[in-house]
Amino acid sequence: MLKGGRSLERQVSLRSGARVSDALERLGHEVVGLDVGPDLIARLREERPEVAFVALYGRDGEDGTIQELLEILGVPYTGSGVLACSRMMDKVMTKHLLQAAALPTPDFFAFTQTAFRELGAADTLPDIERRLDFPIVVKPSRQGSALGIKFARSAADVPGALVSAFSYDERVLLERHVAGRDLAVSVLDGPEGPRALPIVEAVPRDEDFYDFEARYEIGRTTFVCPAELSPGVAERAQGLALSTYELLGCYGFARVDLMLAPDGELTVLEANAIPGLTDTSLLPQAAEAAGIPFDEMVARIVELALERSAATVG
Amino acid sequence: MTPSSKPPSRSTSRDLERYAGLFAARTRVMTSSAMRDMMAVTARPEVISLAGGLPDTSTFPPATLAAVTARIAQESSAKALQYGPTDGLPETKDCIAEVMQAEGMRVDTDDVLVTTGGQQVIDLVVKTLVDPGDVVIAEGPTYPGAVPTFNAYQADVVQIDMDSEGMRVDLLEETIDSLEREGRRLKFIYTVPTFQNPGGATMSLARRRRLVEIANERELLVLEDNPYGMLRYEGEPLPPLYALDGGVYVMYLGTFSKILSPGIRLGWVVAPPPVLEKINVGKQGADLCTSTLSQLMVQAYFERGDWQEYVGALTEVYRPRRDAMLEALAEFFPAQAEWTRPAGGMFVWATLPDYIDTTDLLARALRDNVAFVPGQGAFLDGRGRSSMRLNFSASGEDRIREGIRRIGLVIDEQMALYGTLTGEMKALSPEEIEAAREADDPEEGARVVELRRRSEAPRRAGGDR
Repeated sequence: MLKGGRSLERQVSLRSGARVSDALERLGHEVVGLDVGPDLIARLREERPEVAFVALYGRDGEDGTIQELLEILGVPYTGSGVLACSRMMDKVMTKHLLQAAALPTPDFFAFTQTAFRELGAADTLPDIERRLDFPIVVKPSRQGSALGIKFARSAADVPGALVSAFSYDERVLLERHVAGRDLAVSVLDGPEGPRALPIVEAVPRDEDFYDFEARYEIGRTTFVCPAELSPGVAERAQGLALSTYELLGCYGFARVDLMLAPDGELTVLEANAIPGLTDTSLLPQAAEAAGIPFDEMVARIVELALERSAATVG
Repeated sequence: MTPSSKPPSRSTSRDLERYAGLFAARTRVMTSSAMRDMMAVTARPEVISLAGGLPDTSTFPPATLAAVTARIAQESSAKALQYGPTDGLPETKDCIAEVMQAEGMRVDTDDVLVTTGGQQVIDLVVKTLVDPGDVVIAEGPTYPGAVPTFNAYQADVVQIDMDSEGMRVDLLEETIDSLEREGRRLKFIYTVPTFQNPGGATMSLARRRRLVEIANERELLVLEDNPYGMLRYEGEPLPPLYALDGGVYVMYLGTFSKILSPGIRLGWVVAPPPVLEKINVGKQGADLCTSTLSQLMVQAYFERGDWQEYVGALTEVYRPRRDAMLEALAEFFPAQAEWTRPAGGMFVWATLPDYIDTTDLLARALRDNVAFVPGQGAFLDGRGRSSMRLNFSASGEDRIREGIRRIGLVIDEQMALYGTLTGEMKALSPEEIEAAREADDPEEGARVVELRRRSEAPRRAGGDR
């Protein structure tokens, strides 16, 4: 069980890891919890696990770094591989791939700090603001859990929002704000191939945007699962999630976040390689709604890890 | 591990909904925060944390602790292991009277109730006085640890701005007037008048007098929270509000946490008898009594007669740390930053240009292994986003200096980026930033300014682009 680590989402990872560890023990596995740190490789060599369950978020854990190390050590691991992880961790990359594949995603522009510092990119901001309209959502490209996401309601807010987003990553994106409903579609692989689970809708209670806190706290956000959607819309959302899953080359499981505009238009915001597995997380809720209890879901994720490894070796 | 030793299956999402339905309405505001999650990262050993609020307990002689505990074991083992009276042991109250006397207060031990840390006083006072929606007045910024307590009892907290002389008592009067006009029910005023956490400011004597007058004129209770009063590094002590008022409208919160140990969890409240009676009932419900063992430890320690020497030694440890922090701030923080210059206590409050969000800045600073407390935790109204609390009691001078240097670099980086984004400034290379800093005269002194309201801060140009 790889958990913890140095990322800002360490606590969420520890909570997820604890929950999965319990499930694995109930399933009869011997579980060794590793709080990921400088001794990671030594510990893995010493423990020689049959499979590594990766419950890490953000930098290192979700961006393909840990996955690469596990590949080198020949340790089978859960979830998507190096390439898919690095695609999903990077929202800009994800959105470029979506655009290239003609899958809908809100219009956006992305910049590195270098572009502003050395190439005078600031001069393009008025153009961008005209094209995207306010409010504009400013996000760090590689940061999970909504950290560093700011709404710019006017041109005056944009520089501060960019400074905030650059606190988390070298690259940030400015994205057209899509007002509407916040949908999460989890995809879980299975005997008949990847399957989109019932949709979870996140309904913020107080704020106009649910932030890092709200996402993990019982009571701040109401989750509705399955979301109340017309069959047509639900089917399209699930279809989009599956297409995104395939496009990015995901394996095992992933979660795709979408927006549903009032006119019925669906757009893909991002995909998460390792969705949360805490008490309030969306993948466990969706699996349960599909009749897959938590332990069974965990068991399936582990089996898939072993299958991939067997296929690679074979 | 055998399966039977495992706890029952953890919650499923259906359970979750079930629990959520059972939560009291007040838990809506009882949330842990992203800040707290991020704070977990600050505990890594490689991080220079200026975030904590910890006294340096390594300064307490282990031999003294051993002697004190051995004596209790020999002389009063059965008593130490037993329940005690809810209001505390008489011998502990005598120690409390001694501490209060050292700070210029005379107290009748009948008016004292021993609590489980000073934090419990805040909880019990709010529990005793506040119905949901009642107003509590606090300083802005206020002690972040009081915020969850206010929230838990659904207090409506109104925060009064501070400047270098503490709470703006003129604004306090205006606020009380407008609350009266609006028919809102003010229950008490919460203040840390001396070396405030997190603001670092100390209320002037004139304001102390006026605050006590206001309380008397309007028959309002004041809770004076005074954990840091004895940690004074310069200047003469000011009389506590309690001494000025004589305990009519001022309730006093004291603690052994900063003069002895926070680990023994021992604080106290002094309040008018009718209020104290209710607090006593509230405490029965909370924990029956405060640890008898801890209370006897304080008594045994005080009997040695050298507790004031230890407090003196602590100030000798903390003073150079404060000085190191103020010097480092003057050297490494930009001209646009402002900070307080506390004459005591454990914290400096720094405010940056308003486009810098200190929660995001913390995320960036953690990459350079340095941490502070973002200011928003000290406000209930969303203010404080550009401020930070910096602790100087828990780290040595070298680490403080290095920590401030690293934070300063990150601030410079963000200011340069902002300048580039608004076109106010051409982009600077890191070398240029370094060169500019070296040219800066470090002797220009600390820029000590008022803790002011965000809206009064100078607006940056560029907003009209």
